[in-house]
Amino acid sequence: MIGSMVRLALLAIRRNVLRSSLTMLGIVIGVAAVIAMVTIGAGATAKVTSDLASLGTNLLLIRPGQGQMGPGGARSDSAMFEAQDAGAILAEVGGVAAVAPTASRPVQAIAGSRNWSTSVTGSTASFLDVRSWVLSGGRSFTESEERAGKPVCLIGATVRRELFGGRDPLGERMRLGKLTCEVIGTLASKGESTFGQDQDDFVLVPLRWFQRRIAGNLEVGAIFASARDGVSTPKVQSDIERLLRERRRSPTGEDDFSVRDMKEIATAVTGTTRVLTGLLGAVAAVSLLVGGIGIMNIMLVSVTERTREIGIRLAIGALEREVLAQFLIEAVVLSSVGGVIGIAVGLALAIAGVRTLAVPFVFQPGIVVLAFVFSATVGVIFGYFPARQAARLDPIEALRHE
Amino acid sequence: MSEPARDARPPLVELRGVTRIYGAGQTAVAALAGIDLRIERGEFLAVMGPSGSGKSTCMNLIGCLDTPSSGSYRFAGVEVGALSRDQRARLRREYVGFVFQGFHLLGRSSALENTELPLVYRGLPAAERRELAKRALASVGLTGWESHTPAELSGGQQQRVAIARAIVTNPLLLLADEPTGNLDSERGREILELLARLNRERGITVVIVTHDEALARATRRAIHFVDGRIVGEDAPSGSPDHDHTREAA
Repeated sequence: MIGSMVRLALLAIRRNVLRSSLTMLGIVIGVAAVIAMVTIGAGATAKVTSDLASLGTNLLLIRPGQGQMGPGGARSDSAMFEAQDAGAILAEVGGVAAVAPTASRPVQAIAGSRNWSTSVTGSTASFLDVRSWVLSGGRSFTESEERAGKPVCLIGATVRRELFGGRDPLGERMRLGKLTCEVIGTLASKGESTFGQDQDDFVLVPLRWFQRRIAGNLEVGAIFASARDGVSTPKVQSDIERLLRERRRSPTGEDDFSVRDMKEIATAVTGTTRVLTGLLGAVAAVSLLVGGIGIMNIMLVSVTERTREIGIRLAIGALEREVLAQFLIEAVVLSSVGGVIGIAVGLALAIAGVRTLAVPFVFQPGIVVLAFVFSATVGVIFGYFPARQAARLDPIEALRHE
Repeated sequence: MSEPARDARPPLVELRGVTRIYGAGQTAVAALAGIDLRIERGEFLAVMGPSGSGKSTCMNLIGCLDTPSSGSYRFAGVEVGALSRDQRARLRREYVGFVFQGFHLLGRSSALENTELPLVYRGLPAAERRELAKRALASVGLTGWESHTPAELSGGQQQRVAIARAIVTNPLLLLADEPTGNLDSERGREILELLARLNRERGITVVIVTHDEALARATRRAIHFVDGRIVGEDAPSGSPDHDHTREAA
């Protein structure tokens, strides 16, 4: 009996393609929207989380001035640091593993016939440790190169690609503005930062060479410090603050510098991403709801439309449960086919979305199941219950129904 | 429920003191106010009367679509009032065929699929269904029209499909509620001839509801309804041995 009911149901679905596809469309939209949005949101969160790891562990950013947040912050009028400030932090604050004084500015880099606008950063070899950079080839600065301010440089993956293409840049000479330096190492790619900057687009040179030849002063724009494992970062932060306050003899109260825990910044960004994901999820939930209401409407309308059909079937001897079985099978088939299409469309949209946003694709099985179950339930409930009402009518009444 | 035997003694239809009351209390309306009626196997009967006289209600009762409010209705010896909805559906499925004034075909299904439908609920295998449905369509003169939908058929053809659907199960009883009401007189005559032929050749008991005197004259026996009662009976062209109906008025 079930076999023939399935056939009757499939026949009814095929016989009214418009009604069937509209019903499925509601389910497809609902399921696809939820899956796409939540998956993209999860990808963005995963991206932020992995960026946190690439920032470096227990990283503190020390900058002159107040209220400048993040590495892109504007310069302030406050006095710059000097290299000695970094040395003092390393020597006098307990729990500091390494410090890297840095100064940077934009530069035109030229190698052979190619040139590329990038930035040059002067720092020490400890910069790589503090900022968790890994060499992909060559070597870092030696102590003597740093002290003597030798014209050597390490290049980020973007600079390498733009200036050298597929060639091996090690040992090559490149020009930074009017100056020439030798490439001694290449850095492994880190990709975009949490803030959307290309972290690989820079040239690293010894700080002394930078100060003497490029900047022409002894200023240090920022100092990165990393705390030792197991040491409380806030404690190190306040010790650095106390030390700098002494060294800079800042007037009472007002500090003309800031010490920030990069984790705080990153956590703030993560929080924002979470809020955004939640928002996307809410929008998706609304579309799921709207899809559900669509399914509900079409199912209700079509059952009203089909009350006469139910009357005919009952009059020629169909049992109530046979009519119900047919309608239930119809609803189940439409809902599950719509759900499967919705999953496919949703995942396709999600993949397109994560590619565009350059975030990882994080498959969310829970949300796929949830969206599918919700839509299928709505479809089945609203396909089944109105049909039950109709099948309970007297056949004569159902036949008279207009 | 005991099975109604195809060749047993009791009359096919036997109504005794049957009433059918719609609503309750002050607003109650008696559509049938005490009916006695016997229909033997093989009869060709016309049920006549003005609108609202209770003839359609009587038809629905005879066809086991409805049950009496009081009184007894035996279909081939089986007390229908005592049956459940499902049991009545099974009775209809096996022994009764319906033809309606409005055809009541499934609009999106072909003539063949419409004709097959009762057999689907009987659980027949697809090949057998197809064969029986084709034969039924052939017997109403619709060979070659199997794959047409109702919209592609004329009114007369649609009613033929409905008749094919009604006889495909080889029923004991064929009930036609104003089968010619939506057709012109020529088409109506053809449908009537078809029903008469089915009665004559296959021995199917046929009951037609109509208010067309000419149509009723073609049957062997006619009963007249007024205000929920049978007020008269004649046998225009029929044999005199069908005098089972006691006049209630």
